[in-house]
Order: sequence, then C-alpha cells, then structure tokens
Amino acid sequence: MSNDSSQSPPDRRGLIAFAWLWVGAPLCYGLYELVQKATQLFTG
Amino acid sequence: MSPPVAPQGWSRWLVPPAALSVHLSIGQAYAWSVFKPPLESALGLTGTQSALPFQLGIVMLGLSAAFGGTLVERNGPRWAMTVALCCFSSGFLLSALGAATEQYWLIVLGYGFVGGIGLGIGYISPVSTLIKWFPDRPGMATGIAIMGFGGGALIASPWSAQMLDSFGTDSGGIALAFLVHGLTYAVFMSLGVLLVRVPRTGPGARGGVESAATAAGARSTPTGPQVSANTALRTPQFWCLWVVLCMNVTAGIGILEKAAPMIMDFFANTSTTVSATAAAGFVALLSAANMAGRIGWSSTSDLIGRKNIYRVYLGVGALMYASIALFGDSSKPLFILCALVILSFYGGGFATIPAYLKDLFGTHQVGAIHGRLLTAWSTAGVLGPLIVNWIADRQEEAGKTGASLYGLSFVIMIGLLVVGFVANELVRPVHPRHHIPAPRQEVLDVERQQPESA
Repeated sequence: MSNDSSQSPPDRRGLIAFAWLWVGAPLCYGLYELVQKATQLFTG
Repeated sequence: MSPPVAPQGWSRWLVPPAALSVHLSIGQAYAWSVFKPPLESALGLTGTQSALPFQLGIVMLGLSAAFGGTLVERNGPRWAMTVALCCFSSGFLLSALGAATEQYWLIVLGYGFVGGIGLGIGYISPVSTLIKWFPDRPGMATGIAIMGFGGGALIASPWSAQMLDSFGTDSGGIALAFLVHGLTYAVFMSLGVLLVRVPRTGPGARGGVESAATAAGARSTPTGPQVSANTALRTPQFWCLWVVLCMNVTAGIGILEKAAPMIMDFFANTSTTVSATAAAGFVALLSAANMAGRIGWSSTSDLIGRKNIYRVYLGVGALMYASIALFGDSSKPLFILCALVILSFYGGGFATIPAYLKDLFGTHQVGAIHGRLLTAWSTAGVLGPLIVNWIADRQEEAGKTGASLYGLSFVIMIGLLVVGFVANELVRPVHPRHHIPAPRQEVLDVERQQPESA
C-alpha cells in the first residue's frame, strides 16, 4: 500500500484536454451562431 | 449504486466538463420552439398544443428536482447522470416514434414527461459534486455547469433547425430529427457519466488524491455547519432564498418573455424604429448576456460574497428597470444596455444560488436543497410572463402604444426586486439547533462515500 501511495499519479492532461474539447467544440459552434444572429441588431 | 470515488491523481478539472456535457444537453429544452412550426403543420396542431411538451417538461423539471434531490444525494452524481441520460434520450426516442406514427400524445409523454424527469435530475446532478471539488470557488464551479444549461439552447437551436432543413418538416423528417437528437445526446452525455467522480473522504484520501485534489481545495468531508434537506425546509433562510430566486427570475423573465416585441414597441413611435430582424438579434444578445452572467457574476460571488452579489442583482436590477421605464424610449443604447445587465443578473441569480445554499446549509445535502429551491423557478416561470403579457394586453385594450404598454409591468418588476432585496437582507446564518450533530454527520458521509472497489 505504501508503494501505491508513493507512486506518482497518472498524467491526466490528455484526458482533460479531450474532455474540454468535447464540450467546448459544440459550445463554440453555438456561440458562433449566436454572434452571427446578434449582429443583426446592428445591421438589420 | 455507490458514488464513484476519484482514483489517485484524478483532476478536479475533469468534473466541470462532466457537468457541462449534461447541462449543455438538457439546455436543449429552451430550443423546443424550433420544433413547434413543423409539428403544427405536420400534425395539425395549434400553438397551444405544440407548446405542451415543453411546458410539461418544465413542470417535470421542477418536480423531479424537488422530489428526486434526496435520491441524487444518496446515490451520487453518476447514478443521477445515468438517469438523466436515459430519460432525456429515451424521451426523444419516444417522440420519434410519436412523430413517425403521428401519435402526438407520445411526443408529449416522451419529451414532456420522460424527458422532463431527465431535465430535473440532470440539472441538479453535478451541483453537490462540483461544490465538493471546488470549496474554494463554489460560485465559479456551479456557474460553469449552469452556464451550460443556457448554452444548450444556443447549440440546439441552429443545429435542430439545420437538421429539419435536411430531413424535411413532414412527420417523417421530424421523427428522424428526434431520433438523431436522442442518439447524439446519449453519446454526448455519456462523457459526464464516465468522468464524474466524488472526492475521496477519510484516511483513503491521503496520498495522490490528497495532493491532486485536496491540496487544490477539494473536500469530500463536509466542513462547517451542515443541515439536512428536510430540516432546511423548516428554516427561514430557505424561504428567504426562495423569495430571492423567485423575484430575480421573475424580473428576468419579464424582459426575456417579450424581448422582441418589447424593443420594437419601445421605438415604434421614434425615428429609430427596430425591424423584426434587428429584434431577433436583440434576443440573441440577451441570451449571450444570460450566459455570461452565469459564469461571470457567479465567479464574482466567490470574491465579494453571496449576500453582496444578490444585493447587486436585486438592487442594481431595480435601478436598471427604473432607467428603462424613465429614459428607455429616448435612447436605444441605454435600453439595450439595461436589458443586457438585467439578463446577466437573471443568469447570475440561477448560477449563484447553489453556492449561497452551500454557505448556509453546508455541502451535506446541498443538491437536494437546491432541487427543492427550484420550485421558485417554476413559480417565476408562470408569474413573469403572466404579469408582462396580461398588463401589456390590458394597456393595448386601453388604447396605449409603444413604451407605455410596459410602464406598469416595469413598476411591478421593480417592486418584486425590492421584495427580493429585503428577503436577501433577512438572510442570517442558520441557527445551530438545525445543524446535524457532528458525529452523526461523519457516519452519514462515510456511508454515502464507500469506494466503488474497496
């Protein structure tokens, strides 16, 4: 057990990047569409 | 199902995307209007009938959040996210069957009833877990998740519209669109189910998790006074916050509900009239403010305190309403700016309330307490549109036009915000007689957080 606790934890940076990309990509799409529509306030 | 305990080295920054995958999905509910016109023409429905699935969904959201909160606390976030995934996706699948067979009641049952349970359980599923992982920044953490609920409609609205353009707006096309929605959301939400973890508790938390999470602030063992969900309902603090949320949401909905006709009416009798296209742009801008407020103001509450941020939402919100009522029709930029600020406070109010509850009642059953407080949202959802629409209709009947259609509504909104402000001022720390005795609290937490594989 003491060996387990002394081991360095696995590197999760790849998983973190993947997870944020998973949710970030569709959110960026939604924001892009929103900005397109919002500009109509000034051009419409 | 035991709550999934974080293994060694688990990063707390994996929990917000898990929460977002659920909230971005269930936020689709606010894009239901995309399906209304095609359903009306394909199945011969009236506008009132085509709104039924959404309305039932919101009712079920409130009910399942209120009554399912304790189950969510007991079974943990993975169970809750699994239930949300199954209900929300199968709601779409049932709706697909309903559209394909032209049985509208199946769409109401599927999207409204079954999907609505997914909305409520999904909404509260990550709240308590996020607060435990981010005790140093609970406002920011819950703000990220609840921002996702606002963001869900931004994604679904253009996505669903494009899908209907491709598949067609007859019953077959709508059925196919529902099917793709159900399957896509099931895959998208599965990230949350797979990633969500609760922080370790007790001696097992030492070591890797201690360094990775606890050092960063994560704390599974509650600290400070803890109050159970049932007891919280008997405290004046809960009801003060109920009033605060209800008033803040009512004020926001007052603008949101009639945003497009409102801006057109306000400037109808001026030289700077607003076209329907520009009004649609205004509505989109309000959605952006709503979303930005959720993450921005909620994170700010970590710095200036929960009571102070609600003073801003309610006090400055009332001033913004007063500015629109007094000078709104003389300056378009002023009208837009005030409306944006009000909508950012509306979003901020939603996102900050879990952290306020945590400050008062502790983390022990904060998800369940939050679920019960969401009945204030359901109430406001009825109250806000009712006030604005009813008064605007009466003013129109009385022969009024333009900005004067809304004057009385705004005065009422200011009054409601003042009531909310006073309720916020009445919030005091919960009396110790409501606290869970410390030893019992520890036993409860150990029971709730047994590791998956001991």
